[in-house]
Amino acid sequence: MNNLPIDTGDTAWLLASSALVLIMTPGLAFFYGGLVRKKNANAIIMQCFACILLVSTIWVLYGYSMAFGPDVGGFMGNLDWAGLNGVGLEPNEGYAATVPHQAFMIFQAMFAIITPALIIGAIADRMKFSAFLVFLLLWATFVYNPIAHWVWGIGGWVRALGALDFAGGTVVHINAGAAALVGALYLGKRRGLGKDPMLPHNVPFVVLGTALLWFGWFGFNAGSALASGGLATSAFVVTHTATAVAGLTWLIISWLHKGNPSLIGACTGAVAGLVAITPASGFVGPLASIAIGAGAGAFCYAAVQYKNKKGFDDALDVWGIHGIGGTWGALATGIFAEKAINAAGNNGLLFGNAAQMIPQIIGVAATWGYSIVVTFILLVIINKTIGLRVKPEEEAVGLDLGQHAEEAYVD
Amino acid sequence: MLKVEAVIRQEKVNDVKNALSNAGLLGITVYNVKGRGRQKGYVLNFRGREMRVDLIAKTKIELVIDDKALDEVIKIIRENAVTGNIGDGKIFVSPVLDVIRIRTGDRGKEAI
Repeated sequence: MNNLPIDTGDTAWLLASSALVLIMTPGLAFFYGGLVRKKNANAIIMQCFACILLVSTIWVLYGYSMAFGPDVGGFMGNLDWAGLNGVGLEPNEGYAATVPHQAFMIFQAMFAIITPALIIGAIADRMKFSAFLVFLLLWATFVYNPIAHWVWGIGGWVRALGALDFAGGTVVHINAGAAALVGALYLGKRRGLGKDPMLPHNVPFVVLGTALLWFGWFGFNAGSALASGGLATSAFVVTHTATAVAGLTWLIISWLHKGNPSLIGACTGAVAGLVAITPASGFVGPLASIAIGAGAGAFCYAAVQYKNKKGFDDALDVWGIHGIGGTWGALATGIFAEKAINAAGNNGLLFGNAAQMIPQIIGVAATWGYSIVVTFILLVIINKTIGLRVKPEEEAVGLDLGQHAEEAYVD
Repeated sequence: MLKVEAVIRQEKVNDVKNALSNAGLLGITVYNVKGRGRQKGYVLNFRGREMRVDLIAKTKIELVIDDKALDEVIKIIRENAVTGNIGDGKIFVSPVLDVIRIRTGDRGKEAI
């Protein structure tokens, strides 16, 4: 191949970022684990952990090739890079010219892991573990890989339109949020919802999970610069700022609305901010990140209230936070992007380029549409073959004992 | 006055609690307990090593009632706690000498 020089600083940052993004999935497990009832705590952490195990395996076997391999019709990569064939320690000029190709590959693996893990919050406390594993395998293969290719793969059709998505607002968050909505609706409500109390069993776990997500997200966003330097720093700063503002916004709105300043609310708002800044993080400045964070806190809070009113059981609000937060972020990228921040990006609406909204909207709509349709097909197939839902008595006893014969808390 | 102590499945506590409250029986005390009955427990494993758990987590609901309400209370608890399998639990009934409401000093049935 070529003989591009490897930049040690860039490589160090990308490998560190990969480890940071990995820790987000156990962080998410604590976030979700704290939000569910005690009898389901292990089960939901297990589902998150299983994403690391299974998706890592298929990513090396064929996932990376499907997402980033040589383009087939703008839709997905072919299997030339299956088993990491040809994905070596030389840089790949098209994706990241200054780091070993495998560093880029393993960084991307962490995104492929956390995306299906996000969906788990919507289907919490009622899905069979066996059915979940099958769903995970199929969804990672037929939903995540193609959409990652559209948006980030060389030759991908959304990328070719000029849509800006720095770190995965569409690929990760809208994609997971849309699948979450379908999963929650198709699986139906948890038994006893609205009748029995379903209180989060460990709020400090929620805070611990939020902290790990926030910490790991610096790798997610600033690592997406794929280089160490100015752009990574800018992404780091706007990520932090938007998150703080979104947490503050949710805290204040929920306090005014419900009368108490909720710790879970502050954490949820922070996660909404992380989601919303994700696509914009490499293209916007600090003041724009304040606007994006404030919007995330407000829009996601409204989305969750809407869900509560409608009563569909997106148990841990994946649709409201990731679907709506991701959509706001993708559109906000089209509003606030400026070339002064990232010359490889584009100017947005506020910088005289209203046309940037068009590819942003197309990217958003295509992701929602594809994810909803294919997720629905996969769920129907699994339901008609092995069944999705646990038995009512297992659901009553809890998934920890019902599905895993392993309790979270033994005293 | 009678004290009714029902040891039931944990997952049935909300059903029983709601049914009692619908019947006007608001005052209850609920404990998480562990115990052994005829249900033999279950097997957990730790890195492949099997461990039998024979003290099973149950919930105990305790309430003090007027003698006349006993049949109704038993019916409500049984209807809402039964699965038909071993391990549904037991109800114990015992006499109560007196009840005192701390705030007012009321005694006996008035204080239930």
